[in-house]
Amino acid sequence: MRVRTLSKVAIAAVAVGMLASCATGSNQTADDDIKYDRDATLSGNLQVMGFGGVDEIATTRYDLATKALGDGVTVKLIEGDLDMQQFLSAVAAGDPPALVYANRDQIGSLAARGAIMPLDKCIEGEDIGTDQYLEAALDQVTFDGKVYGIPEFNTVQLTMANADLLSAAGLTIDDVNGSDWDAVTKAAEAMMKNDGGKLSVIGVDTKLPEFFPLWAKSNGVDLISEDGRTAQLNDPKAVEALEFAVGIYDLQGGFSAVKAYRDSADFFGGGNQYATNVLGSMWMEQWYINVLNDVSPDAPMAFDTFHSKDGESLAYASGSAWAIPAGSNETAPAACRFARVMTEVDSWVAAAQARLDLRNADGKPFTGVLTGNADADEKIREMVTTGGEPWDTGVKKMYEANDNTFSLPANPADAEFKTAWQDAVNRVLNGQEDPQTALDKAQDEAQKALDAAWKKMENGK
Amino acid sequence: MSVTELAPAASGIDPERQRTRRAARRRNTRAALLFLSPWIIGFLVFTAWPIGYSAYLSLTDYDVINDPSFIGFDNYVQLIEDPKIALALWNTFIFTVLQVPLYVIVSIALAVLLNQAGRRSSGFFRTVFFLPKMTPPVAVGVLFLLLFNGQNGLINHVLGWFGINGPAWTTDPAWVKPGLAIMSLWTVGGSVIILLAALRAVPNQLYESARIDGANFWQQTTKITVPMISPTIFFIVVVNTIAAFQTFDEAYTAFFGSGNTTYSNDAALFYVIYLFQQAFQFLHMGYASAMAWLLFVVIMAVTAIQLWVSRRVVYYEADVR
Repeated sequence: MRVRTLSKVAIAAVAVGMLASCATGSNQTADDDIKYDRDATLSGNLQVMGFGGVDEIATTRYDLATKALGDGVTVKLIEGDLDMQQFLSAVAAGDPPALVYANRDQIGSLAARGAIMPLDKCIEGEDIGTDQYLEAALDQVTFDGKVYGIPEFNTVQLTMANADLLSAAGLTIDDVNGSDWDAVTKAAEAMMKNDGGKLSVIGVDTKLPEFFPLWAKSNGVDLISEDGRTAQLNDPKAVEALEFAVGIYDLQGGFSAVKAYRDSADFFGGGNQYATNVLGSMWMEQWYINVLNDVSPDAPMAFDTFHSKDGESLAYASGSAWAIPAGSNETAPAACRFARVMTEVDSWVAAAQARLDLRNADGKPFTGVLTGNADADEKIREMVTTGGEPWDTGVKKMYEANDNTFSLPANPADAEFKTAWQDAVNRVLNGQEDPQTALDKAQDEAQKALDAAWKKMENGK
Repeated sequence: MSVTELAPAASGIDPERQRTRRAARRRNTRAALLFLSPWIIGFLVFTAWPIGYSAYLSLTDYDVINDPSFIGFDNYVQLIEDPKIALALWNTFIFTVLQVPLYVIVSIALAVLLNQAGRRSSGFFRTVFFLPKMTPPVAVGVLFLLLFNGQNGLINHVLGWFGINGPAWTTDPAWVKPGLAIMSLWTVGGSVIILLAALRAVPNQLYESARIDGANFWQQTTKITVPMISPTIFFIVVVNTIAAFQTFDEAYTAFFGSGNTTYSNDAALFYVIYLFQQAFQFLHMGYASAMAWLLFVVIMAVTAIQLWVSRRVVYYEADVR
C-alpha cells in the first residue's frame, strides 16, 4: 500500500515537473530577421505596456508617433506603470507586448534576463541619432556595450530654500547649496527651531535615503563602478557622505523628528513647508518648482543647483525609456519607429508648444520640460516664459542642473543593489547601525547580488 | 462493511431492488460530482496546482523569464544562511505575540460590552464596530502613518492629554511593531461579531444559578462566560495567529510601498514582505517558493501546538471531539 502511495507521489512529482517545464520557456529570439527601415510601410498591432497618455506632453507626441506609423498599424496602450511580473510572464509565454515603457534603471536587469532586445539595428534602421540624448540618460540604458532603451525625460535635483528664513539667519542660498558641508551644518543649526521639545522649523533636510547617491557623488565616489560589476558602497567617501547627511538630522533632533514633521506637511498644497515657513532648505526634484508656483506663488523661494564639494553643479539623472521585448520580432519595426518619433526633437517641441499654449491660456508661466534629449532641451528652453522671480531663477537652475548630470551604470541586479543601499541608509537613520557597519553590510549584500547576476548572465541564462 | 456488500441471500434483500439502489446511488454520485465540479476544478487549478508547482519551484533557480533550472536544496540551504530570514521571522514572531493577545482581549471586551447593550443599540454598535473592517488594507497602512505620526499624529496628541510624550511610532524600531499591533485593532469588528454570537448562545440558566449562589460579574465572566465561549476564542486565536504570520498589506504600504517609496524600516520587515521582495522585486521565484514552504511548516507547527494546548484549556460542552 505504501509502495503504491509512494509511486503515485513520484508520478505526480514527475507530472508537476513536466508541466512546469511546459509552462515556461526561454523566449530569447534572435533579431536577425528583423528589417528596420525608416521609410518602410508598416502594418499590424502595436501593444504598448506601461505608458499612459495622461497630459499634453504625452498625447501630442503619441499622436505624432501613431501618425508616423501609418494607417496600417493599430496602437493599443496597456496603461499604468509597467508591471514587471506581468511583462516577464508575457515574454516567457511567448506573447510579449510590442513595446514597453520602463524606468531607465530597470533596463540593465531586463537586458541581463534577455527580456528585451538590443536596439543597435533599430537605431541604425530608423536612423536615430543617439548623440542627441543626454549622456547620463544614454548610459543608463546601455548594458554590456549595447543600447537597450531609447531614453526620455530627465529628472534632476535642485536646492530649494526659504529666502526669508535664510535672510533671518544671515545666510544666503550659497550656504545651503551643498558646496560647503560646514556651512550646511551651521545653516541647519541656525534655521532649525524647537518649541518645547518639538521640532517646529526644519533647518535643512538632506533628503535621505533617496539622495544618498548624490551625496556620495558630491564627495567624489559613485556607488557602483563604471562597468556595473563592483559595488562601492563602503568606500570611505561614501561612508563620510552618509555620516554628514545623517549628522544634519541628528543635530535637529534626529531623523525620526524630521521625518515625522516632513510627513505631516501639506506637501502639494498651499500650506506647504515653504509657504508656511517651517522648512529652511532641502534638495528636491525639479517638478516641485511647478507645484510650488501653482499652489503658493508668493512663497519666499530661493533656488540653486546642488553643488558638489568642489563647487560644481551636480544632479543625479533618472527617467524613462522605451524598450522592445525579446520575441516581438514581427512588431519590432513599428515599435522602433514609435520610440523614435516619441523621442525626436520635433515631437518634443510640438509637445512643449501644446503645454505653452495651455499655460498661456491659464495665465501661468511655461517652465520648460526636461526631455532627456539635449537638442530638444535646447529648443524648449528658448520657449520658456517668464514667471518673475524667484521662479525664473528656478527654471534657469533646472537647466543648469540638467547640463551637469550623472547616472549609475546599468547592471543586472539593480533592484537588489538599490535595496541594499537604501536599507543600509535606513538602518542608520533609524539608529540601528552606524554608517560604516551599515554600508559594510550593504556592500556585502550588493556585491553578492551583482556577482550572482553577472555570473548567471555570462552562463547564458 | 456495508449492507450492500452482503450476499443477497444473507441480507435478505431483493437483487433487483439492490441493482436499482446501486444505479440510483451512481446517479446521485454523478450528480454530486457534477455539482461539485466547479469547486473541484477550482481547487485543483487554483490551489492544488500552485501548491505543487511552488514545491517544484522551491528546488529551482527561476526568474520568470528563463526556464527553471533544478538546483536541489540550494534554496533551503540559503534560507539558513540569509540573515534577513532570521530577522523577518523574528519580527513576525514578535508581532504575532503582541498582536494576537491584544486583538483577542479587545475583541472579547467589546463583545461583552455589546452583549450588555439593548437589542436596538447593540445592532447599531455592531455595525459601527464592523464598518472599519470594510476599509481596504492599503488605506489602513496610510492611515497608520497619519494616526501614529510621532510629531502631529492623533495617537500622540491623545497621549499628550495625559502628559505622555508619545514615541516615534513610525520610525523608532522599538515602537514600529507595537504601533502596527495597535493599528490592527482597526479591523477587530469581525471577531467581535463572532464572539457576540457565541456569548448569546451561552444558556441563561447558568448565570441565574450562579447569581443565586452569589457569584459577581467577574466570577460569572471567568467561570461561565469564558469557558463557554472558549471554542470560539480558540478559533479566533488560531485564525489570527495564522493571519499575523502572514501579515503584509498594512506594513508593506506604510514602510515599503506607496506610503514610503524609499524609506523602510527593518523592524517592519515581516516574513511575507521579505518573501514578496524576493519574488516580485528581485524575481527570485525559486527562493521565494522555498520561503513560502518554510512559512507553511512554521505555521503548521504553531497551529499543532495550539491544538495540543487547546485540549487542556478549551471546553466543549458536548465534548464531540
